[in-house]
Formats: sequence, C-alpha cells, structure tokens
Amino acid sequence: MSARLTRDNVAKVADLARLNLTEAELERYTEQLGAVLDHAEDVASLDLEGVPPTAHPLPLVNVLRDDVVVEGVDREEVLSQAPSVEDRRFRVPAILGEEP
Amino acid sequence: MSAIPSTALEIAAAVRSGEVSAREVLDDHLARIDAQDGEINAFNLVMVDEARAAAAAIDTQVAAGQDPGPLAGVPLALKDNLCTRGIPTTCSSRILEGWRPPYDATVVQRVNAAGAVSIGKTNLDEFAMGSSTENSAFGPTRNPRDTSRVPGGSSGGSAAAVAAGFAPISLGSDTGGSIRQPAALCGVVGVKPTYGMVSRYGLIAFASSLDQIGPFSTTVADSALLLEAIAGHDGRDSTSINAPVPSLLESLGQGVDGLRVGLVTELMGEGIAPDVAARVRQAADALTAAGAQVGEVSVPAAAYGLSAYYLIAPAEASSNLARYDGVRYGMRVDAPTTAEMNAATRTAGFGDEVKRRIMLGTYALSAGYYDAYYGKALKVRTLIVRDFEKAYADFDLLLTPTSPTTAFKFGDKTADPLSMYLNDICTIPTNLAGHPAMSVPFGGGSDGMPVGVQLLAPALGESTMFRAAAVLEAAAPALDEVWS
Repeated sequence: MSARLTRDNVAKVADLARLNLTEAELERYTEQLGAVLDHAEDVASLDLEGVPPTAHPLPLVNVLRDDVVVEGVDREEVLSQAPSVEDRRFRVPAILGEEP
Repeated sequence: MSAIPSTALEIAAAVRSGEVSAREVLDDHLARIDAQDGEINAFNLVMVDEARAAAAAIDTQVAAGQDPGPLAGVPLALKDNLCTRGIPTTCSSRILEGWRPPYDATVVQRVNAAGAVSIGKTNLDEFAMGSSTENSAFGPTRNPRDTSRVPGGSSGGSAAAVAAGFAPISLGSDTGGSIRQPAALCGVVGVKPTYGMVSRYGLIAFASSLDQIGPFSTTVADSALLLEAIAGHDGRDSTSINAPVPSLLESLGQGVDGLRVGLVTELMGEGIAPDVAARVRQAADALTAAGAQVGEVSVPAAAYGLSAYYLIAPAEASSNLARYDGVRYGMRVDAPTTAEMNAATRTAGFGDEVKRRIMLGTYALSAGYYDAYYGKALKVRTLIVRDFEKAYADFDLLLTPTSPTTAFKFGDKTADPLSMYLNDICTIPTNLAGHPAMSVPFGGGSDGMPVGVQLLAPALGESTMFRAAAVLEAAAPALDEVWS
C-alpha cells in the first residue's frame, strides 16, 4: 500500500507539469487524485513478478520509410498560427538569466 | 425536390444516380442543424461555406458523368480533434481556440476523396477526456433523446449529431470508450476499429497507444461503409497496419450461424444496471436464435482494466499535452520569462479535468512512483491481452454491455471524477488490448433511454464483428417497447 497522496506531492507535481494551482485547487486535487490512486491500489498491490510490460498493442519495433524528400507543411502557414513570430521563427520571452 | 433518404448508403446511391443533388441533401441537413442545434450543441463549428463548395463540386462531377465515390454527397460530421486545414480545430479547449491547422488529418482526406461533404466540427470533452461532454470549454452537448441528459463522451457531439439527424454519419475517436459509450447513450452505432487499422495522422493525440478513430451511424451498414472508406495503411502514421482492408459491407448478410459468442461474466454483475444487463442477455438470446453458440466466458484481468487505464492514459496524456506551451500554436499568456509564460498559458488554457489527468499522469510517471503505478499498469495490460487470447481460443466474439447505465443527467457525476471514470469499465479492456469493438443499439432501459450492447473481436476481426452486429440490429427491440 502506497502512502496517501499529500498536498505537498500535488504541489510538486503541479510544478513539474507547469501548472499554477490555487490553494483551493491543491486541496481539491489532493482529495480527488487520492481517490483515483486508492482505486488503483488493486493494481499497485498485485504481485506481477515475471510479467513483461506491454507499452503498445502492436508488435512494432522500428518503422522505416524510403529516404526520399517529400513536401512538408507550409512554413508560412505554420508560422501564421504562432502567438509570436520574429524573423520567420517562433519568438519566446527571456530564457537565459531565469532563476534555476 | 425528391425526398432525401436517411442513410449514407441511400444518399450516396441517390446522388451517384442523379436522383437527388448533393446540394439538396446538404440543404436538408443544414436546415435541421439550424432548427435544432441551438438546443443540442453538437457542433463547435458548422462549415456552411466549405460544405456548400464541396456539395457543388460533387454535383459538377455527377453532371459530368464522373463518379464522386462511395460517400457521394453524404453529409459527415468530424470530431473537433481531427485536423482540418485552415478550419478551426479546438479539441473543445481554450488553449487551441482559433487555431487553424496547416494540414488535414488522413481520415479527412479520405472521406473527402470518397465524396463525403464535411459539414462541421463536433463538440467533445476537452482533449477527449471525459464521458459526458460536460468537460467541453464551449458548453455541453445535450442528448437528442432527452435534453436533460448527457450524450456520453468524449465524442458526444459526433454521437448526438447522428442521433439528431444532423448528419447520417460522423467520425469520433476512442481512447477508452469515447466512441462506443456515447453511441450507446444516444442510441446509434459506434465502432472502435483495431488499433492501427485507421491512420491517426492529424488526430490530436490524447493517449497514443490507445487512441483510434472510428465511425458513428444510425445503421450497421453505414458504419461498415464509412470504416471501409477511412481504413488502410498510411505511411504518415508509424503505427498504421499494413494489411488489406476487410470487406465489411460484404460480410453483413452472412449471419452468425455456428459463430461462438462469449458473454463476459466479469462485466455482467456488480456495477452494471439490471435493466442494461437484461438487454445484453436478450441480445445473447437473439444471437442464439440466429444460430450462434452463446456461452459464458471469464476475462479475469478485465477487472483491473479501469485502474490500469487511469494510470496509462493520463501518463501518455501528460507527455502528449506537454506540447501546449504557448510557443508554436494556440493561446499564449504573456509573462516575463518563458517558464512563467508556459505555466501561465497552461493554467489559463486547460480546463479542470485536463489538469487533473495531466497531474495524475505526471505523478504516475514521476521518480519513486513509476514502478508502483505506471510500471504495474503496463504489466496488467499484458495480463489483459493474455486473458483475451484465452477467451478467443474458445470464442469468435465476446458480448458485454457498452455502458453500465443508460444516459445520466447533467451534473450527476461531475463532482466525483472516479464515478465518471467507472462509466468506462466495459469499454476500456479492448483499448488496452488494441482490439476492435462496437456498440449496437438494442432497445431501451427502464427509463426509456437507449441501451447499447457491445461486440468485441480479436485484432482485425471486424468482418465477424459486423456480421453479428447486423443480426443484432435486425433483432433489436424498439426503443419504446415496454421493458420487462
């Protein structure tokens, strides 16, 4: 049995997922996600020693195509949908000098 | 003007022969949308201009003696997570509001090439996460059979559009039941094909190892028609199966004589409403009467499907939805640094359920919890695959309810996410195994709302599945027949 999900766990996960949660949301998600994880204990508590994982329904390894140039999506059309563009590139706010 | 036929097969035949024009067919459906979609809210966008142009092109082809294809002039609704070039595609999320994709999904190209007339983009639970469409950022869709009830989800708009007669056929996507459950709740046919049978190129990803596109229709034959049109290998989806498309329409008249059908015991007891279970038993009797050998079968690992799914699907979603960072498309909320902009954008752009799933998935994948949750869930997935293999050694098809209940009222399950997730217990195991399954309307529940029964088949077993579906369709009690 895993330890019950805490408010601190939820705050840490929100940070990893780049979501700013309010105090009320933190509390509510701790409760709701805890209930889902409690339900998942039926899986977490199973002894599955020796059972291989299935990540995908098809037995695919690598799918290759011929190395032939094909037309991609139109660059201007793609850039026209971006929130901010400069010099035919996506523009973002400062990255360097951020707090670690 | 001739009477407009109601099914896709009839419409295509009438348009191809010149009996009715694609324009007349379109006008008829647009008028119905105009009159009723204010209340139903099946559509996020009705593509009036594009549809008129497509219908005119079809009529020009017919006039010139050319054949527009098997879906000639058939109005078709597209779930709003399928990319349409230059036409807004939102996933019913604020974060993608106003975005116009720079390409068409493969299925969109294929239905257009087959002569269909795309008439609009349908509402869904945001990013296909939900079972009621109540999670849409643009308001819920209402069930055309009773507007105080949900249409199911996540493809609730596509199911409601067909049930309301806005289009004879539509496309949805099914990750854990998102085609079959709304089909059942709205009283229409819905099919989740074998994973890899239909290209996912241009389907906005939710959980990539589970997502599959499939048809909705009022008749089994129309789903066969539409699935034949969209299936087949596509080099732009590396998970696309390179195998011939089965002839589904041809299989419809073949009956079920001698087929072995297993009633899954784990999905007939606890948690299934008695009136729904009774309809499934009645469907089993109908298959027996048609010559099938019906028995009971146990799929023990199916009991763990829900837990495994609600670890695997959110884990994949948390990774897939990392792309919504305010940089390349969609919404941006400005902030001094990129990291702050990313978080501000995602916080403002995603709704409650999407945040919850991202959080759940991030947690299940995070250091210290990966082995206990995600790792275990992947192993349970193996057990489910093995249990299905055992069941299919003795049976050609399996039979279960599609949804544990008929359509519920708005707000009934929104406060408790787990109660909403429990809607998916019958549909999830097939997604985890990658198998095909479909929901066929089979009479009503004690509340008079539609009941769907679910047929399951092994991978690429669609032809056999459609044979049984046609038998069930012919034997189905009327919706208003008194429940006994």
